[in-house]
Amino acid sequence: MLGYYLDLAARSLRRNKVLTGLMVLAIAVGIGASMTTLTVMHLLSGDPLPGRSQHIYYAQVDAYPTHKDDAEPMDMLDYQSAMDLWSARRADRQTLVVESPVKLSQPEAGTPPVMTTLLSVTPDFFPMFDVPFQYGAPWSEADESARARVAVISDDLNQKLFAGADSVGRTLRLRDSDVRIVGVLKPWRPSPQFYSVRGGRFADGDTADFYGKPEDVITPFASGLEINDGNFQQFTCWHLPERQGHLQNSPCVWLGLWVQLDAPAKVAGYRRFLADYAAQQMALGRFTHAGNTRLRSLMEWLDFNGVVPSDVRLQAWLALAFLLVCLFNTVGLLLAKFLRRSGEISVRRALGASRRDVFAQCLVEAGTIGLIGGIFGWLLTLVGLWLVRQQPVPYADLAHLDTRMFLVTFTAALGSSLLAGVLPALRACRVAPALQLKTL
Amino acid sequence: MQIKPILSALRRHKAGTFLIAMQIALTLAIVCNALFIIEQRLAHLSEPSGVDEANIFVVQNEWVGSSTAEQADAKIREDLRVLRELPGVQDATPSNSYPLRGGGWDDAVKLKPDQLQDSSGATIYFADDHFLDTLGLKLAAGRNFRAEEITPMNVRDRLGPPVVMVTKALADKLFPGEDAVGRTLYLIGGPSTIVGVVDLLQAQSVDRWASAFAYRSVIVPKRLAISLGAFYIVRARPGQLQAAMRAAPTALFQHNPRRIINEDDGVLSFAEVRARAYERDRGMAILMGVICVVLLAITAAGIVGLTSFWVGQRRRQIGVRRALGATRQDILQYFLTENLLISCGGALVGTVLAVAINLWLVTRFEMHRLSLMYVLGGVVILLLLGQGAVLAPAMRASRVPPVEATRSV
Repeated sequence: MLGYYLDLAARSLRRNKVLTGLMVLAIAVGIGASMTTLTVMHLLSGDPLPGRSQHIYYAQVDAYPTHKDDAEPMDMLDYQSAMDLWSARRADRQTLVVESPVKLSQPEAGTPPVMTTLLSVTPDFFPMFDVPFQYGAPWSEADESARARVAVISDDLNQKLFAGADSVGRTLRLRDSDVRIVGVLKPWRPSPQFYSVRGGRFADGDTADFYGKPEDVITPFASGLEINDGNFQQFTCWHLPERQGHLQNSPCVWLGLWVQLDAPAKVAGYRRFLADYAAQQMALGRFTHAGNTRLRSLMEWLDFNGVVPSDVRLQAWLALAFLLVCLFNTVGLLLAKFLRRSGEISVRRALGASRRDVFAQCLVEAGTIGLIGGIFGWLLTLVGLWLVRQQPVPYADLAHLDTRMFLVTFTAALGSSLLAGVLPALRACRVAPALQLKTL
Repeated sequence: MQIKPILSALRRHKAGTFLIAMQIALTLAIVCNALFIIEQRLAHLSEPSGVDEANIFVVQNEWVGSSTAEQADAKIREDLRVLRELPGVQDATPSNSYPLRGGGWDDAVKLKPDQLQDSSGATIYFADDHFLDTLGLKLAAGRNFRAEEITPMNVRDRLGPPVVMVTKALADKLFPGEDAVGRTLYLIGGPSTIVGVVDLLQAQSVDRWASAFAYRSVIVPKRLAISLGAFYIVRARPGQLQAAMRAAPTALFQHNPRRIINEDDGVLSFAEVRARAYERDRGMAILMGVICVVLLAITAAGIVGLTSFWVGQRRRQIGVRRALGATRQDILQYFLTENLLISCGGALVGTVLAVAINLWLVTRFEMHRLSLMYVLGGVVILLLLGQGAVLAPAMRASRVPPVEATRSV
């Protein structure tokens, strides 16, 4: 029966090509626009660490002296608190994170130095965030405490400097220090660059910069502080630091602490540990208040920072409204199409077809339009994503259609055209056989 | 024109009428808000910078290797001499930043040293005595810096120069209705006397977060003597921008090769600076424009489709009317009026919807209230669009011959 309906649908669609074209176009444009923006939304609002993110937490205590207990704590930690919390090793894994601008050169190649961003972390960073290695391995705890001059570099930088060869053991110059490469990452592009997300609540929705590429050079935390001393940037300070760019023991917050906690009990335990630490620091007179410690999970932290740029959200809403208009359009056109065939339908009804049969036939026709519209909509989505990739936004290179969104495209096209077909089909199957036959 | 028969005919096509009206309503709501967003973004990106944009370019110079503050200051002065001696260059000035750069040193300005709440935020521009001339700024009051007032600033120094200039926007905020020249303001390092007021100078960031202190700047008589480097703002002689932009880095490298000037963004003309500062706003405006056009086209197509169907359905009735004496004009007007009625209904719902969507956007996306002019404009656009779309099917209807009345369909 389905084959017969498909045949009928094909005939009917061929009969009025302009009307058919209009409907297919409306569905295709609606699907193309909404799937482009939804794909971008999906890519930007996704989980950067699927399967692990529920164990990753961002720890905050608040050393800001004029804050009270009801204030939101500072987005980052001061040096003393960060070091205390990190070296207590109360979590399954923990890493400190700090970025700083640095001059990078490669003495052997003799290329001119470039400015880049240096990421300094402790060794747990790599297993904790599932960072994939191509060559070599992370530095050891011993390297970390010995402040070894070692570095892990990105695949991008390895391609640029060493043409993709195994560069473990080669040397880079960071500012005035030579560091030995111990590891090369595989291409790694978390979206967003979650470990340096902060301050989103002050950005008024201009958060596209959270989606930049990870840093090209990663060094041990303690080594980084020495190599690039004087170039560190504070998140904020409550007094001016003694020496700009040197923030150890300064009245500034500038470090991030990520911890991995594998069981709910440990999460509760770490929360208590943070509260106890703050209370202890308050007793010692270093903190003025202790009631606003926070331990947010990775996704909570991203949510708190409102990482998806407001322009992207606005576009997604707009595209959905756009799809709605296209649907209204299709409903109207389908209605016109089905009712124009009242005569044909009443003949079928008179010959014994039930209302259900007519309804099914109409829906098959609507579904066919949806499928064709879906194919064009998919092509338009590809064009739309290509346009996004041409945009000067940090997340441009992320805009690709994955299998899931590809399937969603066709489901959406089919679903929306079937939805659009329901009302016209209901009207069509209510056509009274006798009345129409008389006018024939 | 009799409206009653049209209404009773529409009552027999409730679903179709409702669909067209809703489509018009939705389109109106979206187009109004999209046009409003476009207007806001365009207004934002056409705010004046106050500088001589056609002839200015910026060199981002970074030193290789560390040096003391004195050495860095000497190198900067050497560089400025080199730049100012170039034939195509009118003037050059060193600074920590420039308008539309995208960020930099913003700081709090106070009127009393013990004040708890800041009087205003402000962009801090480092300047020497060539700053006004290089950027092409006009003094609204007071005087420019003198050469002997310019001092080097090291990383450990606190900012509190004896004299500063401010922009008129900041002067008006700090001393509303009064003369700012000779008054005192407090930066982080102490009191400064205002010696000059600059007429118009845009801040270094035009992002939303900086809109609270847009156009408010403090210009301090400082050279950034740090080992990292600084920006050189250069004003080319009229018509020689391209040549000067090529000559400047070459001359600087010839004079002292131990520096980094990035190839892709180390030397930027102000046109490029402007394009970079506003690229997201422009992208959004273009996108909104495209969406408006496509949406209007789809709505028009929908009206054409449904009206064509109605015309086809009513051929016999039209024939009867023609046979009973209706002119072609009458038939044409019938369909035009019918569409106008539906469009007006849609526009009514659409207006409510447009305002509702705007209110929702205001709460979620920090937008402004929609002005009713946009709604009115949108209504006019959609009414015209409806009439235009219905014209072709209506013409076809008017050509139905009276003899059609005698035929069976």
